[in-house]
Amino acid sequence: MSTSTLSERRDDVLHALREKYGPLAPFLAIAGGAVLVVSGLLSWSHIDRVLQNISVRFWPAGIQIYAMVLGVVALVLGVLLLRKTPWLDPGRGLRATGTAAVVFVAMALLAIGVTTDGLINANEGGWVALVGAVLVVAAGYLTAPVDLDVHAWPRLSSTLEIVIIVVALAALLFLTAYTLDMDDSWTFFLLILTILGVVVALLTAGFGEYIGFIGQNNRRPLVLAAFLVAFLFPFTQGGSSANMSIAVQILIFAATALGLNIVVGLAGLLDLGYIAFLGTGAYVGAMLSNSAFATVGWKPPFFVVMLCGMVVASIFGLVIGSPTLRVSGDYLAIVTLGFGEIFRLAMFNLDGNTGPDLTNGPNGIPGIPDLNFFGFDFGETHTLAGVPLGRFSNYYFLLLLLIGVVILVFARLNDSRIGRGWVAIREDERAAEAMGVNVFGLKLLAFAVGASLAGLAGTIKAHQDTSVTPDQYIFLESAFLLAAVVLGGMGTVAGVLVGATILKLLPEKLREVNEYRLMAFGLLLVLMMRFRPEGLVPSKRRQLEFHEEDEHLVDLAQTEHLEEAK
Amino acid sequence: MTVTETENQGHHVGDKVVLEASDVTMRFGGLTAVDTVSMQVREGEIVGLIGPNGAGKTTFFNCLTGLYIPTEGRVTLNGAQLPPKPLKVVRAGMARTFQNIRLFANMTALENVMVGRYCRTSSMALTSILRGPKFRREEKATRARAQELLEYVGLGRSTEVLARNLPYGDQRRLEIARALATDPQLLLLDEPTAGMNPRETEETMQLIFKIRESGLAVVVIEHDMRFIFTLCDRVLCLVRGSVLVEGTPAEVQSDPRVIEAYIGGDDTDEDEDEEEHA
Repeated sequence: MSTSTLSERRDDVLHALREKYGPLAPFLAIAGGAVLVVSGLLSWSHIDRVLQNISVRFWPAGIQIYAMVLGVVALVLGVLLLRKTPWLDPGRGLRATGTAAVVFVAMALLAIGVTTDGLINANEGGWVALVGAVLVVAAGYLTAPVDLDVHAWPRLSSTLEIVIIVVALAALLFLTAYTLDMDDSWTFFLLILTILGVVVALLTAGFGEYIGFIGQNNRRPLVLAAFLVAFLFPFTQGGSSANMSIAVQILIFAATALGLNIVVGLAGLLDLGYIAFLGTGAYVGAMLSNSAFATVGWKPPFFVVMLCGMVVASIFGLVIGSPTLRVSGDYLAIVTLGFGEIFRLAMFNLDGNTGPDLTNGPNGIPGIPDLNFFGFDFGETHTLAGVPLGRFSNYYFLLLLLIGVVILVFARLNDSRIGRGWVAIREDERAAEAMGVNVFGLKLLAFAVGASLAGLAGTIKAHQDTSVTPDQYIFLESAFLLAAVVLGGMGTVAGVLVGATILKLLPEKLREVNEYRLMAFGLLLVLMMRFRPEGLVPSKRRQLEFHEEDEHLVDLAQTEHLEEAK
Repeated sequence: MTVTETENQGHHVGDKVVLEASDVTMRFGGLTAVDTVSMQVREGEIVGLIGPNGAGKTTFFNCLTGLYIPTEGRVTLNGAQLPPKPLKVVRAGMARTFQNIRLFANMTALENVMVGRYCRTSSMALTSILRGPKFRREEKATRARAQELLEYVGLGRSTEVLARNLPYGDQRRLEIARALATDPQLLLLDEPTAGMNPRETEETMQLIFKIRESGLAVVVIEHDMRFIFTLCDRVLCLVRGSVLVEGTPAEVQSDPRVIEAYIGGDDTDEDEDEEEHA
């Protein structure tokens, strides 16, 4: 029997079931949600040392709360299902919530089983939750999919829209602080699972597009609020530097990935050696620093160093770009891959024996002192509003500023004559050229701008890391940067921020499974390519490029353009 | 074949030669797709290019616009020789449309035309990032001009529609608007009415007349004889890469060789109307 007839038969069965029991779905969802909520009030294990303390009844903690959250989402979606809203498809959301809940409960039971001596130590809570989760899944599948009508979005007053944005971002800040605080690996994993489940449920139910629409209408307040939230983050850490050091790494990674997104996402060029430009900036920063191992005698102020880093990196970009940008696609990828390796090997060998002594070879340049802006020492702890802000917090604020600059460059280039040229090149290179677009020049520009931003980030990274060695700039890092762009969404700022955070945060928090890191990312990317090739937060245009046939998407993009024109 | 020529009478063709192609030859290996073709186009003139499939019309266009580098011969625009680079050809003042529509499908109609303004604007990276007064002025002017051109070709109501969502006839007109956005003196149209219904064809004809009235020279490739003979001041008939007949529509129309080329000829030639085989 061929697979198509199999899936047809499955559809037939689903259809018949929907005909018969469809009207029951909302009640199933509500019941399932209620059961999940109740399960949170029950005991999940009689041993009180697993997964924090989940043994007490009517005192939900940790994963009990997460189960309740999933239950509440299912309840809300169930009620929405009863109320038939044209711009929402609660059925799909229920399917996602239910699936997430089933996986969640299964993993929770597994965790209890693994960390104690078997499932015998699981109490009634988990099993009750499993029943609730299955009910929610059933409700999801019993609901026929709806064609979302994006024209039926409710129009709120702009004040209310801004309030929604602020509340959402405040929740994000709280959630981030809470997530980062989690030191139990299993609980952290289950928390991520819950967050993912809720996010996917809201997205598939149609909330995501609506929230995106609100964001689009209030772009300025959104950006301001996002920066405010990011600015407030160090104050939630109470002086602890554990999370701040991760945050700093994420910011450097994200700033670099944003630069790469100009090359990959906007101009559509595949660059596999991008880390070399970050390395260029870092080496420039190190060589011109006050380190005792610096190989250049000139010690200019840091602003000049940043400028030098940008200039040198963009010169490298031009040098590598001008001969290779005439080729396209795979050839460009191969050449840039080679360039990345050449950079690393050159830094490895410029040690005085095999060339001029610029980089101290494999030893690199250690002992780079902290930055000092007009007497503000980045190495010292400063207290602001009663909260001690340590070394990492200082760099965090500086990097936040850097990210702001990168985002500004990214967004403004995207929305300009140059950005239009890039889109035209991506759409049809030959037609673009025949319409007078300077294809070669624009590609070169993307390369140079991307390189200079990475160079800028590199100069700060050198001081933050205190040492620069060649093995920090291996191909794998380029691959991770590209993964952040692809995972997050080519051509968007938010996407890359999400992608960079995921790729940097998860390995830090899931130390137990660190050996499987590469395997997990490989799997993640394969799954992404299969189910969402345009990335988590794609630009509408990119999404259209990936799904030429999707009428709903075309409709959505069209609506947004009309909205913008108003 | 009787064709009314009322609409085309009373227009004065200028004396100034805009485009001069002399002895343009294009060979692909042993195959001569275009064989010593010469053509003159004067200001305000509409020249038609006809011929059976595979006669070399589109290849000739590609030679003019710099997509192909002609094996022999030279092309001058306003007396200056054209470099064989599409970019420079557009800057010099020659724009084209494509036989198989090549719009930027996922951009709106307005954005498509704005891309056409690229070569007549000059804001570079730094100005774009800093958003100085020059940038804002230029961006505003670009938008206004694109809007104006869309209204000119009759798409004023569809500015925010994605190019892919436009009806077929509108896509052809959008291509013309995009080409006009480059401020050309000479417009090359490759089968502008292919796939259109009679009403749309008529509208396109009026549009081309209007474009000519504004002082542009136009070269049109078309298979629709009624359209060509009504529209053009002069017609070239290309057969197997070389010019068979050149003259006024009436002369070409009544020439027995033209009829034979279309009906009697055994054109088992190459199919060079594909654009991709550069």
